[in-house]
Amino acid sequence: MPKPKVVFYGCASCGGCEKAVIDLEEDLLNILDAMDIVLWPLIFDCKMKDIAAFKDGEITVSFINGAVRMSDQEEMVTILRQKSQIIVAFGSCAHMGGIPGLGNFYTKDTIFQRVYKEGMSMENPEKITPQERITIDIDELTLPEFYDTVKALDQVIQVDYYLPGCPPPPDLILNAIQDILKGELPEKGAVLAPNKSLCDTCPRAEERREGIAIEEIKRPHEIKLSPWKCFLEQGIICLGPATRSGCGERCIRANMPCRGCMGPVKGTIDQGTKAFSMIASILGLEEEEGMTEEEVKRLINAIVDPAGTFYRFSMPASLLKRKRME
Amino acid sequence: MKKISIDHITRLEGHGKIEIFLDQEGEVERAYFQIPRLRGFEKFCEGRPAEEMPRITPRICGGCSTAHHMASAKALDGLFKVEPPSAAQKIRELMYNAFIAEHHLFHFFFLGGPDFIVGPRAPAEERNITGVIAKIGMEAKGKLIEIRKRLRGVIEAIGGRVIHPVCGLPGGISKPVTEEERKAFIRAAEFLVEFSVFVAFELWDTMVLKNKEYLDLITGDIYKHKTYYMGLVDEANKVNFYDGRIRVVDPNGKEFATFLTQEYRDHIRQHVEPWTYIRFSYLKNMGWKGFVDGEESGVFRTGPLARLNAADGMATPLAQEYYEKMYEALGGKPAHHTLAFHWARLIEILYISERMLELVGDPELTSPEVIHLPTETPAEGMGVVEAPEGTVFHHYETDQRGILTGVNVISPTQNNAAAMCMSIEKAAQSLIHKGDVSDEILNMIEMALRAYGPCNT
Repeated sequence: MPKPKVVFYGCASCGGCEKAVIDLEEDLLNILDAMDIVLWPLIFDCKMKDIAAFKDGEITVSFINGAVRMSDQEEMVTILRQKSQIIVAFGSCAHMGGIPGLGNFYTKDTIFQRVYKEGMSMENPEKITPQERITIDIDELTLPEFYDTVKALDQVIQVDYYLPGCPPPPDLILNAIQDILKGELPEKGAVLAPNKSLCDTCPRAEERREGIAIEEIKRPHEIKLSPWKCFLEQGIICLGPATRSGCGERCIRANMPCRGCMGPVKGTIDQGTKAFSMIASILGLEEEEGMTEEEVKRLINAIVDPAGTFYRFSMPASLLKRKRME
Repeated sequence: MKKISIDHITRLEGHGKIEIFLDQEGEVERAYFQIPRLRGFEKFCEGRPAEEMPRITPRICGGCSTAHHMASAKALDGLFKVEPPSAAQKIRELMYNAFIAEHHLFHFFFLGGPDFIVGPRAPAEERNITGVIAKIGMEAKGKLIEIRKRLRGVIEAIGGRVIHPVCGLPGGISKPVTEEERKAFIRAAEFLVEFSVFVAFELWDTMVLKNKEYLDLITGDIYKHKTYYMGLVDEANKVNFYDGRIRVVDPNGKEFATFLTQEYRDHIRQHVEPWTYIRFSYLKNMGWKGFVDGEESGVFRTGPLARLNAADGMATPLAQEYYEKMYEALGGKPAHHTLAFHWARLIEILYISERMLELVGDPELTSPEVIHLPTETPAEGMGVVEAPEGTVFHHYETDQRGILTGVNVISPTQNNAAAMCMSIEKAAQSLIHKGDVSDEILNMIEMALRAYGPCNT
């Protein structure tokens, strides 16, 4: 039987997802033999033309990381969809837009303005910006289009499975690859991670009091962080209540609060709204009759950058999708 | 007019393509290295709380996430005007060194090394980690896996995660190191000394230096550019990855400038070309003269060989010994041979192994005091570290609440961008004649890039 043909490919991402696969080490080297890697530019010398030659559906599975930010990424994932039986949205960016999705607070023009024209160490008196098509002497060069809006992968192509996390944790990566290679496939559309909230598996859960109430919001650098006390109880915003577990609680164990990279639990449409309403209830805002207007205002104002915090990894996949275009 | 495309480049982090234009005779007229990627961190970080930057900016590059994390944490120290406790500085430096070694080993065995260990002209399907393992054997494979695992253990114990660590805060780190962890770090450091000696002395010596064809490639003219060099140095002008002053030497090796992080804008500027999304760093005091090398050009290089060129030596004995040996073989300092970046990388791993051993032996490492809480109003802060592939700068401006109003990040890839374009053009011009282009020639053009280990995310 021929080996399953596998693709690892990155769009608007940092490359960390692919590094996480490499960090599987012997587990990776052991399964490499069972796969025919037809495209993985990070560590194998295969080129674009090799992919174009495949028939529709000939590739068993494409693990695609990264959000869709530019036109060539849209073209590439469309080709991979056509050639692949299974598409896995690999990591937070492909799953929900991820950190690059914060770009949806701005537009192409405002980003170009900052990056190329007014950057703090730029010298660009002629206000040159990258062009999609340019002729230098007689040489024609092209660049992909930079879109105004970042999209999650399933906003561009149909996605079969999601592997969450920034990057996904090693055990979930290995399980996902092995299950797919064995053909042991879950229902279409599944998120390949446990369906529990981070608070359910949090190592600080035992110490947590019932009915947390925050009197004051604090930022992580403003207090000495307790190594065992629930972050919310300390007044530190933690996205644990609105976030899926399966990450090994790596940030919590390093004494830092959750920022939501694993995405929401099943059934939650909008992670940011969910996180915001959880925090609001903990802040006692549901009993706001007992508080003066000023107290309510003071508490809400203490949350700096609510949109960038509650939608840290999920802006493009949220109901808002982006800041309204002027 | 014929055009040859390498799309996209492989065994490099991120994306890039090479467009080579040939004239009527089939000789290379021009070659372009294009980066088709931009995400816009400088803009979308505006509006975010500054203390979140060590958790956001690692996503600039997953391979060197710890470098951005650390540059960011150091920028926050400056922003909030708070000096971390001595233990926190040492723990940060330890984690940072473990990361550099891990990344260098990844680069050597997975990205750049296959071109030497398997060979530049080997078939494409063998030029990769599986080909490398076939050459080095199972015992070395086992050691490679083990050392990378242990180094990641150090990063994870301190930073919480290997990729995108989370421990950095203004004024220190989020948690102390336990005695049990310190013991594991000692074992990791000892193993790294052993492994780096094996890689630098045995593997590199026998598999590369003793092979005349490879040595000729390294020392020949195809991969050579006389440029300025930049790197971080300690008080004795020795290579340091975590802290120090930034030193620049000219193409003759003479000191051109030494400056503090806060002064970076007096020395570095960036230029835009309309055919690529990357920005090109150059020395402000030389000016942008285009894609040319030499003393009159503002083009400089950063990264392994550049660091060694910019410093007076290595701070540890074994690394110093091998440093001298390399320059002797390359005909003196500075060395302009791009492929010697690989060599310099191995000397750096040696240094790190020795430096880690010093750090893990320090009883202060387990001090419970790892953070000083900021009390000052934030306004502006800058941080610098040596990422695996070169100097990285972070610069933040905020309002009084610490909400970002201005962000600047200069990555190693931007610093090396101009030199990389020159390197691929020179390699293409040297290797392609009469329109004759084979897979091995195209690979040898990409080798000019792999030496730098750029991250084009």
